[in-house]
Amino acid sequence: MNDVILSRIAEALTWTGRYVERADATARILDAYLHRMLEDPWRDEDVACRSLYAILGVDAGSDAVDMQQVLDQLAFDSRSTCSIEGALGAARLNARSAREAVSSAMWECLNATWHALAEQRRAARRTGPYGYLELVRSRAALFFGLADSTMSRDDSWRFVVLGRSLERVDMTVRLLSVRVLDAAHAPDWPTLLSASGADEAYARVYGGFGDTPRVAEFLLLDRDFPRSALHALTTAEECLSALGRPRQDPARRPIGRLRTRLEYLDTHALEEQLPLLLRDLQTACMASAEAVAERFFPYQGPVVWAQEGA
Amino acid sequence: MADIFDAYALADAWDEMFERPGEVRTAYEPVLAALQPIEPGELRFRADQMARAFTDRGVTYAFAGEERPWPLDLVPRILDALEWDFIQRGVSQRVRALEAYLADAYGPCRAFEDGVVPWRLLLGSPHFHRAAHGVEPPGGVRIHVAGIDLVRDEAGDFRVLEDNVRVPSGVSYVIENRRAMTRVFPSLFDGQHVVPVDGYPARLLAALRAAAPGGTADPRVVVLTPGPSNAAYFEHALLARLMGVQLVEGHDLVCRNNRVWMRTTKGEVPVHVVYRRLDDDFLDPLHFRPDSVIGCPGIMTAAVAGKVTLANAVGNGIADDKLLYTYVPDLIRYYLGEEPILPNVESYRPDEPGQLDAVLDQIDRLVIKPVDGAGGQGIVIGPKADAKTLEKTRKAVAADPRGFIAQRPVALSTSPTLAGERMAPRHIDLRPFAVNDGSDIWVLPGGLTRVALQEGNLIVNSSQGGGSKDTWVLAEGPTDGPAALPADDAPPAVAPRQLGPDGAPAGVQEGAQQQ
Repeated sequence: MNDVILSRIAEALTWTGRYVERADATARILDAYLHRMLEDPWRDEDVACRSLYAILGVDAGSDAVDMQQVLDQLAFDSRSTCSIEGALGAARLNARSAREAVSSAMWECLNATWHALAEQRRAARRTGPYGYLELVRSRAALFFGLADSTMSRDDSWRFVVLGRSLERVDMTVRLLSVRVLDAAHAPDWPTLLSASGADEAYARVYGGFGDTPRVAEFLLLDRDFPRSALHALTTAEECLSALGRPRQDPARRPIGRLRTRLEYLDTHALEEQLPLLLRDLQTACMASAEAVAERFFPYQGPVVWAQEGA
Repeated sequence: MADIFDAYALADAWDEMFERPGEVRTAYEPVLAALQPIEPGELRFRADQMARAFTDRGVTYAFAGEERPWPLDLVPRILDALEWDFIQRGVSQRVRALEAYLADAYGPCRAFEDGVVPWRLLLGSPHFHRAAHGVEPPGGVRIHVAGIDLVRDEAGDFRVLEDNVRVPSGVSYVIENRRAMTRVFPSLFDGQHVVPVDGYPARLLAALRAAAPGGTADPRVVVLTPGPSNAAYFEHALLARLMGVQLVEGHDLVCRNNRVWMRTTKGEVPVHVVYRRLDDDFLDPLHFRPDSVIGCPGIMTAAVAGKVTLANAVGNGIADDKLLYTYVPDLIRYYLGEEPILPNVESYRPDEPGQLDAVLDQIDRLVIKPVDGAGGQGIVIGPKADAKTLEKTRKAVAADPRGFIAQRPVALSTSPTLAGERMAPRHIDLRPFAVNDGSDIWVLPGGLTRVALQEGNLIVNSSQGGGSKDTWVLAEGPTDGPAALPADDAPPAVAPRQLGPDGAPAGVQEGAQQQ
């Protein structure tokens, strides 16, 4: 019966995947930054906070900013989908409007998370945001784990994974961009690695921290690490290819092109190419997301008053 | 030990659990035995656990603009096999009669010619849709799903309170209530033969597929919802998910050349049966309310052309009009040649010459209901209303006799319900759900029991702050028991588990420790 999927549902599923991934990545970044700040005796709170805003594309304003304000804006603001709470709220609404397509376990996970946030938010005011951020990360992991274990590998699942992958590339690129393009607000490399959840994986591959070009290389080019740009692009491309589109697919082309470029990149030249590459990655992801929307979620305009029987 | 039933004082009504104070009815004996030793604090804990589970699962409803967990009481409502057989036959008979009436009213109109029902009842109904006239639905089914509201009166007799044959809702709560009860209170089910309720989605899907326009080999069924902001959205999504069909909103559908299509990622795909969960008025802006944006323009034309089946059929509202309700016993005799199994509540028709004055005279002793009201709205209970309300109602009835019916107030039966930390009697009703696939009317065992959570309140709708109970139908004996266990000497069917280093068999482990 369910050999097809409604455009509206496909769109909701894609955004559910995106928003959960966004909440997860934001929680990771906040956690890495905040704890880095606490452990750094020479910290400049304002600078570090501004760097966070820069990564997540939120305007910091001109007044000095502190941690609490960062949390209010990037974690607890339910009105902005750039914040954790806003993203999870949007994920919940999207999943809710696609409730017959996501499994009950997935829906329940998002819904229970949403209801649990308030309590953790209150606790965060007293004891710091760790519990809150930990909840978000573990629930995001649970959500995608449930998606993997309760959904058939059909188009519905592919749209969830596609959304997650596109958001993942975007977030990794954002992290690197701040390091590369905006040296004043630059996070150090270990922070950057742990913000990507990559510190341990990196350590296993390279046996230590700190080598600048290698971190960029790992986060962009590693074939095996699931949060690397290359891995996420490959996944997105696989999804699009399985969704069965013609050869010149405007959704697949931009990311396919970038994926190939990354695969054959001369790593010695990586450092100088980095600014351009990051910009191209971001453009490609946006172009692909737009093409996906155009192709699979055709604009539903106002009702057309066709002449009946004509 | 504090007994949660210690302070249980019977109300002035039939009590479902107790025949007399302290004397429990047979069907309830095991449940009482399971409940009685439980401390009040423990019951509260379980109730809270249940509320939390409902909130997490999104089984909520809107009350006063707030999202609240679905209120399920811990004490089940039990119907024994005999009672259920009676209800089930009565409900099915009623649905057959209403089907016959709809076919007649949208066809030959025999009952009107023969004077069983007055013409004005049909012609004056706002739900009589000319667009539906002369449409012969596949299998002759117009009521695919019915919800018949029953109450038990002071004498313990079941009576029909109203019929719902448009878009009856609540069946999802029957399914969720059972699911929640078996999780939070498994011990209550010990040794009981409670008939399962999870067969509903399969029955519904079969009936919907059977209703597809002729010649469709593999009909595509969808559930049409007004969207997530609708109070019953949870139910729409649940049914779609359990049936494995798409849940569509109006703008997912498009009508062309009298066919209905839905917009998918693989292009437009034809739809054959629409289980629509919105009212006639909102279904098709071309035919009904032109300002409706939640329907699908052209869907009614496609239905009239026989290219798509709408379930339930458009125009069913003429059959669950509360004034028609008063004629249903006559319709059962007229169309089926049978005596009604389930009686009505004694009712008056202010519309009929002579009865208006009788109603106005004793308005303080009657229940006045608008014929169109839903969700308990607009009901005035005479004995409990103040003079001002009564006067207003009297004027309203006098001005529009066709708009109201009057009924004898029935003290609905009560059931023990957790109120704070103790059990107290609360009034309940019952909505069994019937599914008609054209050859058979199947009634879901049990149905939705609603509870008026306020003491003495007679209105049970959740929109008025009502709760619910898991409704059990007890089978006479064990139904389909578990498959026979293999005999002792049979070889084990499953290979033993392989064990890793941590799970090495005891002997090996001991050996390792000795080393």
